[in-house]
Amino acid sequence: MSDVQVRDLTKRFGEFCAVDHLNFSVAHGEVFGLLGPNGAGKSTLLRMLTTIVPPTEGTALVNGHDVVREPNAVRKGIGVIPQALTSDLDLSADENMRIYAQLYGIPPSRSRRTAEELLTAVDLIQWRDKPLKMYSGGMRRRLEIARGLVHEPKIFFLDEPTTGLDPVSRTAVWEMLAKLKRERDLTIIVTTHYMDEADKLCDRIAIVDHGKLVALDSPIRLKASIPGRNVIEASFSSIPEGWEATLRALPEVAELKAVPPVFRLSSNNGPATITALMEATRAAGVSVASLSVQSTTLDDVFMHYTGHQLRDALQAPAPRQVMMRRMSN
Amino acid sequence: MIRIWAVIERDLRRFRRSPALITMSLLMPLVQLVFLGYAFGGQIKNLKLGLVDQDHSLSSVRLRAMCQAVAANARTFKTYTYDDLGAAMQDLRDGRLNGVLNIPPNFSRKLHEGTSPTVALMEDNTDQFSSSALGGALQQLLNAFGAKVPAPRLATQATLSVVEIYPYVPYIQYLLPGTIVLAIFISAMIGGGIIFIDDKARGLHEGYLVTPISKLELILGFNLSGVMKAVLSGMVLVTIGSLIAGIPDPFSLFRIARLFLMVLATALALISMMFLIVVRVNDPLLPRAIFGMLNTVLFFPSGAVYPISAFPAWMRAMTTINPFTYAVHGFKELLLKNTSLLAVAPDLLFLVGFSVVALSIATLLFKRTL
Repeated sequence: MSDVQVRDLTKRFGEFCAVDHLNFSVAHGEVFGLLGPNGAGKSTLLRMLTTIVPPTEGTALVNGHDVVREPNAVRKGIGVIPQALTSDLDLSADENMRIYAQLYGIPPSRSRRTAEELLTAVDLIQWRDKPLKMYSGGMRRRLEIARGLVHEPKIFFLDEPTTGLDPVSRTAVWEMLAKLKRERDLTIIVTTHYMDEADKLCDRIAIVDHGKLVALDSPIRLKASIPGRNVIEASFSSIPEGWEATLRALPEVAELKAVPPVFRLSSNNGPATITALMEATRAAGVSVASLSVQSTTLDDVFMHYTGHQLRDALQAPAPRQVMMRRMSN
Repeated sequence: MIRIWAVIERDLRRFRRSPALITMSLLMPLVQLVFLGYAFGGQIKNLKLGLVDQDHSLSSVRLRAMCQAVAANARTFKTYTYDDLGAAMQDLRDGRLNGVLNIPPNFSRKLHEGTSPTVALMEDNTDQFSSSALGGALQQLLNAFGAKVPAPRLATQATLSVVEIYPYVPYIQYLLPGTIVLAIFISAMIGGGIIFIDDKARGLHEGYLVTPISKLELILGFNLSGVMKAVLSGMVLVTIGSLIAGIPDPFSLFRIARLFLMVLATALALISMMFLIVVRVNDPLLPRAIFGMLNTVLFFPSGAVYPISAFPAWMRAMTTINPFTYAVHGFKELLLKNTSLLAVAPDLLFLVGFSVVALSIATLLFKRTL
């Protein structure tokens, strides 16, 4: 059975439809990425799945429990890291871990070992008694991750865990997540707007835009699903007469730009063009000096499905979002 | 239970680590006690009284001499002699004098004839406190002036003999009960209201809501930790304030215990009132805007600075549902009269009842979702 099952899930704030009849399910052990521009409805979706925003329509089962009818059963089995930092900066890592365990009804005597293991896993054990305000952004995020697992949940929800972090911290956060997932047999559901991260780390990706699910598959299949636009850059040992015309005549070439000795071809089908290119060089007795192929990225997939890369749009602000913006200013 | 304690512990630990917040919430009521206490409590002295003697008789000289005696001893006023009433009145209008005492030309004649001799006091009544002090002092003086010498052995008129059953209460002591309630109120405002909304705005509550903690546990956690902080600040004020105001025997164990109960009931009432006010508020700027007004509406009409019986009817109606009124009354009984708990039982009952009602409504309004 799937860990998460979403059927026709919808959330409206007045006129504005933040999440529009979503359907999907997440299998046990998956890393499931929710991708979408700001305001696409990812956070609202996550908040519905974590029981803190009631859906307007539809159902969601988490761990087999309905988020509306059995919210407490859902809460017990999930770990949640909201987008805003919810740990106390004045408290130490240890205190944060212990108090959160208590919120789950776990007495300190039982949570101590788990907390220690988790703090070790996120490399914070040596700073465990220092207040969080002394931590860097990346360290705080890692502590939140450890804290979210202190009651040993099966499903882990993270809302943009790497937003605002530098590249090194981002990598560290993902490495730790991957490690924890292996060690603790977790299902992870994560929102992000970093395409490269989603590409590398997610088993499956759902692209959400305007509250709707526009695509759902593994990163590789998603990339294969859109008309290929590979860019081939090649240079050759010598340039025979009429070479440019030969290259232009290769199958699936859409565009050619020559900056001798480098030729840049845009192809609708990289593999076909390259095969033909190799045959053409052999026939002309020319050898290839350099060759690079850039393949489709998730950015391209995203552009293809959402029709835009970044978009400014007014969104009906949920009251909390307004405040958070004000607080962070 | 373990969950309620987690909410409380988190809140208290954070509070402990912000000493600036603690100091400020205690300092402000103390500053108010000292400055208001001494600003309003003192006797009015050194008012300027112009003397115009148009009579120039033995009697008028005697009256002037008595005025100068007051100026030299009680120092309620200082006298300035004028020859011309017009000049004195001009100085009164220009604010150089607080009042002018005019002894008219026929004063001594009427005095001897017994045909209602009068002296006139023209006073600057824009300052009521000063003018009534001046009028009072001169009235006393004239009573003494007209007294028959020697006094008849048996008074022929009915007289009032006032018996004060408590030691003299200086204004700073009168102010202390209100100050203690104010300290508890400020603590409720900062430790209850502002922190609650700020935490909500920062997303800290989201961290609570995703855990299996129940609505009731959350509400109890928030309010109990608020009460603990408010009780702490109330007890500090009871101790320091009693010392500053000179309340007799401030460290008697039973007295402290009775005061503790009063502090506890007040803290409970004010915290639950605050929680009811902020339970649906999301904007962190709002409390800062309304708390100033709340302070005025609750504190000043509570009898903390001026007796309730002097209020207009609509304000007296407000005082009957204002928890400040009952708290201030309770502390007045306990601090100024050292009464038993029985005397303040109605106050305690009201405060506890108020808390129950406020918390019940707040619980209905509290949403366990975003």
